[in-house]
Amino acid sequence: MRYISNTPAQQREMLATIGVGSIEDLLARIPAKARLSRPLNVPAAMAESDLIRHLRRLSAKNANADDFACFLGGGSYDHTIPSPINHLILRGEFFTAYTPYQPEASQGTLRSIFEYQTMMAELTGMDVANASLYDGASSVAEAVLMAHAVTERKAAVISKGVNPLYRQVVETYCEGPAIRLKSAPLAEGVTDLDALRKSVSAQTAAVVVQYPNFFGCLEDVKAAAEIAHAAGALLIVVADPVNLGLLTPPGALGADLVVGEGQGLGVPMSFGGPNLGVFAAKQELVRRMPGRLVGATVDLDGKRGFVLTLQTREQHIRREKATSNICTNVALCALMATIYVSVMGKEGLRKVGELSTAKAHYAAEAFAKIPGVALTFKAPFFKEFALTLPKSPERVVKRLIKDKILAGVPLKTLDRAYKDCLLVAVTEKRTRDDIDAYAAALAAAVA
Amino acid sequence: MPTARPGYDKLIFELSRPGRHAHSLPECDVPVSDPAQLLPAQHLRATAAELPEVSEVDVIRHYSRLSQMNYGVDTHFYPLGSCTMKYNPKINEDMARLPGFLRLHPLTPADASQGALQLMHELALDLAEVSGMDHVSLQPAAGAQGELAGVLMIRAYHLARGERRTKVLIPDSAHGTNPASTALAGFSVVELKSEANGDVDLLDLERHLGPDVAAFMITQPNTLGLFESKIHQITEMCHAQGVQVYMDGANFNAILGITRPGDLGFDVCHFNLHKTFTTPHGGGGPGSGPVGIKDHLAPFLPTPVVVKDGDEYALDWSRPQSIGKLQAFWGNFGMLVRAWTYIRTMGPDGLRAVSDNAVLNANYVLRRLEDHYDRSAPGPCMHECVVSARRQKKLGITAMDIAKRLLDLGFYAPSTYFPLIVEEALMIEPTETESKETLDEFCDAMIQIAREARENPQIILDAPVTTPVRRLDQTGAARQPRLKWTPPGKA
Repeated sequence: MRYISNTPAQQREMLATIGVGSIEDLLARIPAKARLSRPLNVPAAMAESDLIRHLRRLSAKNANADDFACFLGGGSYDHTIPSPINHLILRGEFFTAYTPYQPEASQGTLRSIFEYQTMMAELTGMDVANASLYDGASSVAEAVLMAHAVTERKAAVISKGVNPLYRQVVETYCEGPAIRLKSAPLAEGVTDLDALRKSVSAQTAAVVVQYPNFFGCLEDVKAAAEIAHAAGALLIVVADPVNLGLLTPPGALGADLVVGEGQGLGVPMSFGGPNLGVFAAKQELVRRMPGRLVGATVDLDGKRGFVLTLQTREQHIRREKATSNICTNVALCALMATIYVSVMGKEGLRKVGELSTAKAHYAAEAFAKIPGVALTFKAPFFKEFALTLPKSPERVVKRLIKDKILAGVPLKTLDRAYKDCLLVAVTEKRTRDDIDAYAAALAAAVA
Repeated sequence: MPTARPGYDKLIFELSRPGRHAHSLPECDVPVSDPAQLLPAQHLRATAAELPEVSEVDVIRHYSRLSQMNYGVDTHFYPLGSCTMKYNPKINEDMARLPGFLRLHPLTPADASQGALQLMHELALDLAEVSGMDHVSLQPAAGAQGELAGVLMIRAYHLARGERRTKVLIPDSAHGTNPASTALAGFSVVELKSEANGDVDLLDLERHLGPDVAAFMITQPNTLGLFESKIHQITEMCHAQGVQVYMDGANFNAILGITRPGDLGFDVCHFNLHKTFTTPHGGGGPGSGPVGIKDHLAPFLPTPVVVKDGDEYALDWSRPQSIGKLQAFWGNFGMLVRAWTYIRTMGPDGLRAVSDNAVLNANYVLRRLEDHYDRSAPGPCMHECVVSARRQKKLGITAMDIAKRLLDLGFYAPSTYFPLIVEEALMIEPTETESKETLDEFCDAMIQIAREARENPQIILDAPVTTPVRRLDQTGAARQPRLKWTPPGKA
């Protein structure tokens, strides 16, 4: 039997050592009426060659970003994934290791996480970053819970510029602690600061804005920070670290917590998961943070080493009083990000941002020239923008798929207020030819 | 005094040289490339982020060397109880990397992602069959998020019936995530004392059940590796009082094809695909924690739900009583492809053989060790066994010392100090993928350590000495946390 090592002869030997006649004898504690009296009704075992053929066919039904020009964003992006990443993460010593609870046998994982924490702190402009949470959405939710715990206040204000999928997750997480959520409206694609000012109070634990926001627009984070802080609330900024090689780090703009989706840092899109939840904070908040943290220390000989630290925050020690319920995180995705940032380096990450924003602006200009098509918002944007279309965005998307273009995300299912809009993302991977072909196909589709 | 072998001691930042680079990015092919012409100045970084400047060979060699400082299942026996560190099949990796899966954007229209949706639909059906549950949501990112989803569905169920139940009962032998997830869902946690063998104390349960109790959450088999044989009685007692019963599925590897939570009366159970269903642990994640439920909880499933209509698959968002979303997209899809591949590789007989052999291996280890370490409970175990080092403790050797000595002898350590109800616990889960030869080598090492504890304890207390570092100062690390690298002179 595949993946089972013992031969029938060995099984008999082992049963003899144990002193029973059969494996059945070992299951005697299970009452008869609890036993399943038939084989599981799952499909029969497949040989590897059959399985490969089958899954190749099944996967070929999907419009993947190798065969289609991908302009989809909204929280997952088709950025470059340098070749070394896959080769290195597939080393079994990384890939098949457990959480580094035995640090002496896990220095590789611990060192790479320490590097990851350093990189995320640097990119976000914060003092400390944790070893990862599940994804951008759950990171925002954990940040709101943490702000609630730190301030002992029971309300939060979330900008409508925050990814609507993230807002849904925040709602789920706030159900238990009964944190009241208010949303701050947008004006011209960015948070309406006057409305934000009116919605905060002495009950507000946190203000949440996204930078650039869900529509790609660049928020005035500094102004949001002033509003939050004047009310005694924390400012949570949702940001994608792949953009922060070029953009101002939210830490420099007054953020208390910076969270977000790190998938752009070398993690495959993989239909939305696994992703990489980034979580960074100011130093004074470190003991309230969710998730694992790696710290530097020394061994008995005084040699540098690394360990999981401040574990008294975590569920395996504090149980119901833990700062979060998270145990398993996404360490391997954090390793991908670490290798990505190492390969891209100081210059490359900046260039990724420059190329993405240059191409996005070229595309926006080209698309907005098409009769009936307009940019939805006036605010400055980064690598993503919303288009208002004269025809149903769903139908336009369907039409462009025929031209091997994934045109963008129709916003109707995510926010009905934008039912005529299409969200378009442009990364450094899209070429001028891709964009010109898109413009031509879009012109034909809306004509 | 022995010293750890000298080895590599660099961080990537320490390899950095100004002007060195590894990236390969295209030249800008659109007319305006200067961001200063495109974005207002306040949005542009004033100074470049301090990131490594290294070559590709630096990167490859550095991370290859770091990997060599780790023990993984591919290189070492990993008897980590409760974690199911079984072999992770390589074909899973190839399948998860098919471009149609790996390079698929989550917001691709449904008619252009039918293959992915079909795979999810099929996996949910397979997991429902394996567990005897009626529905499975694949969205939770890991076991703890599966627990949160399950407990939130229970909460929504009671509220929909007009019942405001505030407590959840959890045994003292439970994983820490159980109380943590329950508290996060807004319940107060009531800890129940287990019997010495980890079984539920029925009298104590009876005393605590009542109209204010929302759920009872237990691990089956329990965390001592024993099947809770009074399970039908327990679920009936709970249901008689309107209490939902939750099964922590961390120990699912013991019961594939043998028994099913749904048939035992459980209302909710979660799966850890990174345990039973062979997706890799990756140094701490990602995992995947699907949650299975009975029909009466279906209105509360997380959105969206993957549905099949004729031959078409779609995401169904219109579920007004749903607990909502748990992560931005649909689940850790890459892990789902791996689990699907594993189930199809094994088939029904293969899955059954997994649990049979997991149970056989654990009992073999228990039999070989029971003369040298104290058993935590009498009788055969399921897929893992818990022994106590209380005998060794009297000689000054703790469970942690034994764990460290095992590292020197070429094995990762068992889980230590869990479950909390066993003194000096060593929790050993060999899994079905290990051979008798490996188990014998491990048992020989454990027996050697028991002898050393009597005859030469210093060798245990000095361990490990073959690892890249020796025992580390954990207290110092927590007292003055250093959580990132700072350049020399800037600390």
